[in-house]
Amino acid sequence: MHKFHISAMLILLLGLIGCDRREPVIPAEGAEAAPAYGDTIIMGSIGDASNLLPVLASDSASSDIAGMVYNGLVRYDKNLQIEGDLAESWEISEDNLTITFHLRDGVTWHDGAPFTSEDVLFTYRLYIDPKTPTAYAERYRQVESAEAPDPHTFRVTYRKPLATALISWGMPVLPKHLLEGQEITESPLSRAPIGTGPYRFVEWKPGEKIVLEANSDYYEGKPYIKRMVYRIIPDLSTMFLELQSGGLDYMGLTPLQYDKQTDTPAFKRRYNKFRYAASSYTYMGYNLKRPMFQDKRIRQALAYALNKEEIIEGVLLGLGQVATGPYKPETWVYNPDVRRYPYSPEKAKALLSEAGWIDSDGNGFLDKDGEPLSFTIITNQGNDQRIKTAEIIQRRLREIGVDVNLRVVEWASFLKEFVNPGNFDAIILGWTIPPDPDAYNVWHSSKTGPQELNFINFKNEEVDELLEKGRRTLDQSERQKIYYRFQEILAEEQPYTFLYVPDALPVVAARFRGIDPAPNGIMYNFIKWYVPEKEQRFKR
Amino acid sequence: MVKYLSKRLLMMIPLLLGITLISFIVIHLAPGEPTDIQTELNPEASTELKERLRAQYNLDKPLMVQYGIWLGRIARLDFGNSFSQDRRPVAAKIAERLPITILINILSIVLILLVAVPIGILSAIRRNSLFDRSTTIFVFLGFATPSFWLALLLMDFLGVRLGIFPVAGLKSLGYDYLGWGGKFLDIAHHLVLPVFVSAFGGLAGFSRYMRSNMLEVIRQDYVLTARAKGLPERLVIYKHALRNALLPVITILGLSVPGLIGGSVIFETIFAIPGMGKLFYDGVMMRDYPLIMGVLVIGAILTLVGNLIADLSYALTDPRIRKA
Repeated sequence: MHKFHISAMLILLLGLIGCDRREPVIPAEGAEAAPAYGDTIIMGSIGDASNLLPVLASDSASSDIAGMVYNGLVRYDKNLQIEGDLAESWEISEDNLTITFHLRDGVTWHDGAPFTSEDVLFTYRLYIDPKTPTAYAERYRQVESAEAPDPHTFRVTYRKPLATALISWGMPVLPKHLLEGQEITESPLSRAPIGTGPYRFVEWKPGEKIVLEANSDYYEGKPYIKRMVYRIIPDLSTMFLELQSGGLDYMGLTPLQYDKQTDTPAFKRRYNKFRYAASSYTYMGYNLKRPMFQDKRIRQALAYALNKEEIIEGVLLGLGQVATGPYKPETWVYNPDVRRYPYSPEKAKALLSEAGWIDSDGNGFLDKDGEPLSFTIITNQGNDQRIKTAEIIQRRLREIGVDVNLRVVEWASFLKEFVNPGNFDAIILGWTIPPDPDAYNVWHSSKTGPQELNFINFKNEEVDELLEKGRRTLDQSERQKIYYRFQEILAEEQPYTFLYVPDALPVVAARFRGIDPAPNGIMYNFIKWYVPEKEQRFKR
Repeated sequence: MVKYLSKRLLMMIPLLLGITLISFIVIHLAPGEPTDIQTELNPEASTELKERLRAQYNLDKPLMVQYGIWLGRIARLDFGNSFSQDRRPVAAKIAERLPITILINILSIVLILLVAVPIGILSAIRRNSLFDRSTTIFVFLGFATPSFWLALLLMDFLGVRLGIFPVAGLKSLGYDYLGWGGKFLDIAHHLVLPVFVSAFGGLAGFSRYMRSNMLEVIRQDYVLTARAKGLPERLVIYKHALRNALLPVITILGLSVPGLIGGSVIFETIFAIPGMGKLFYDGVMMRDYPLIMGVLVIGAILTLVGNLIADLSYALTDPRIRKA
């Protein structure tokens, strides 16, 4: 009896072991095989999507998938210049107030219904409807009127010229015939979207995966890769193990994984690693309401006292670059010639003593009028890079006699108790860098109220003027001048010490070809990716 | 018995009310609100939008009014809609995560019992033997090993290097194309590592508990009597001692009923299993009040029911309590 049980267990166990051994795919040597249709790409995602109606969602997983299912009127091309998407062309009136979009002919929704300008008008009205709980209504507040004079023309008029007007029409257009007259928050499309995009929705297993399939009627032609599977794997270590076992074809690596764990010939044979500047920067901001930070020389001294290269080496293993302002290096708006602060403790000390901070009692800390130079840096829990950055900064500032305390706070308390009420000395945080340089909400002096984003209370009249002018100017070379000057002021004033722009480190299985890294990353030409027929792994 | 039962059931109502009220107040004490995820640090969100979103969720009303609204809905067995961006019914969100959580928990409890009870008995009988000492070390090793660390090591060794088991997830990509038996094997294959890891840490508690029960029972007079009248040792241990030593285990099993719906966040995150732990954790992080309350209410009810079942089954199995 007992023996029977044991052997039955053994058979079961062997059966389990036997099935589903994944063989790594090794690409044919040097053969640049021809593009072919078919195969599946499995992409790793840390979080599940929340809502596939883009008007209601603000998380990155949802927007990644929405980007495959829907189209906007315009989009960013590989070099981050605006190009037509559902709009074939557009005209901007002499006074910069009216944009007329000419829409593509013959585009259909995934259910076969034709796409027309009525859909665009409907989507616009949905965004500005007070009943729609969306975080994106603000973009369209300046619109005076919108109309759809014929099925292939959409015209929108603004009260004042707005630099971000054109790209704001890159929002996903939603199908009027499926959403009209319904409560948007109860629409089934939030779980099963229908768009015009290159991939159509197949299924969503919450917390597990989302599956999309190539849209053979896509207006730019059918994408090569037949199916996309987003697998939700909340842990980066697990994701990396899944990648190595063949359970994933695409993920974003951490600097440690990129630098130390993937540097083997075996890994390089199976995967291609990519590296380019991510669209975000990390900074240390100073609360300018605090008396000690009101003196520009103190902020400049702190910038000299930090070794940014060392922070990038220590925190990102060198996979990033020094930030000098709020823009991404090598984009049209980035000013490479602003004042820099190379690591120099001597200059830092000189500036501090010029401002009156000297070590008068010989205890190793600088002081002035009996008060030591001491402040607390806060950052949020859950972001290791920021915490490590803070620790390196703490040590370097200690060396020039500045006493720094660290405080790491859970996200919600961090915002409610510290950031919003302006209850902090210095803060380490990051911002994303949007492709459009308008930075009004973060730097304009009118945005220093509670819950607003200029929480360091930066007020500079020239910056205010530049920001107002910048968002009303449409000509790119004009705008470049404006934002060049803006960066010069920030570099001189140092309200933030800009620390680093990290690198994005995606990895893709080697069987996928046609990937062409550009300023816009690698995903922009996804419909042109392909797997040569011999190397295809999933046949159905 | 009927009177006792109805009294116990009636007592549960004020208890539940108290639990929900305290939970409701405590979760609202934490800073942050469900609308934050859409509006905080979002350059496009205006103050007016923030207020409008708050009003849509009734967050602008006094706390007690909000509790009243919630209570009114729950009385009609409506858990309400989630405050997260998907706005789905809380009941649906919980329902889709419950089966897998319960399955893994039951499997791991069964595995724990299958391994821990024999270990406990044997190490009590052969007290201070090599077996006793080595299993003690083994189960405490399990207790002390961080589950995420063990999970990652096993995934790397068995999943990546040897390729015997899938690294994470519940189903293979081709699951939908498999037959009935294939689907069963596929899920079983995926469950081996998670169930092993979750059971490994629980061995210590149960086996030590079993061991000490057994030791206590063996010292009793009736065991002495049984031996004295010349019964074989097998019969003494398995008939007279074991039955009595198993009694307290029932209580523990009853108390672990609410644990069946609770998952571990770390464990589910590592294995990419969409279970209750992750759902609840994400709910707390997003301040998704209806979801948090929904999970808490179910947990509270199960705790109360579990206690009741433990008491009842104790009475059924132990004549001393039944008569008292």
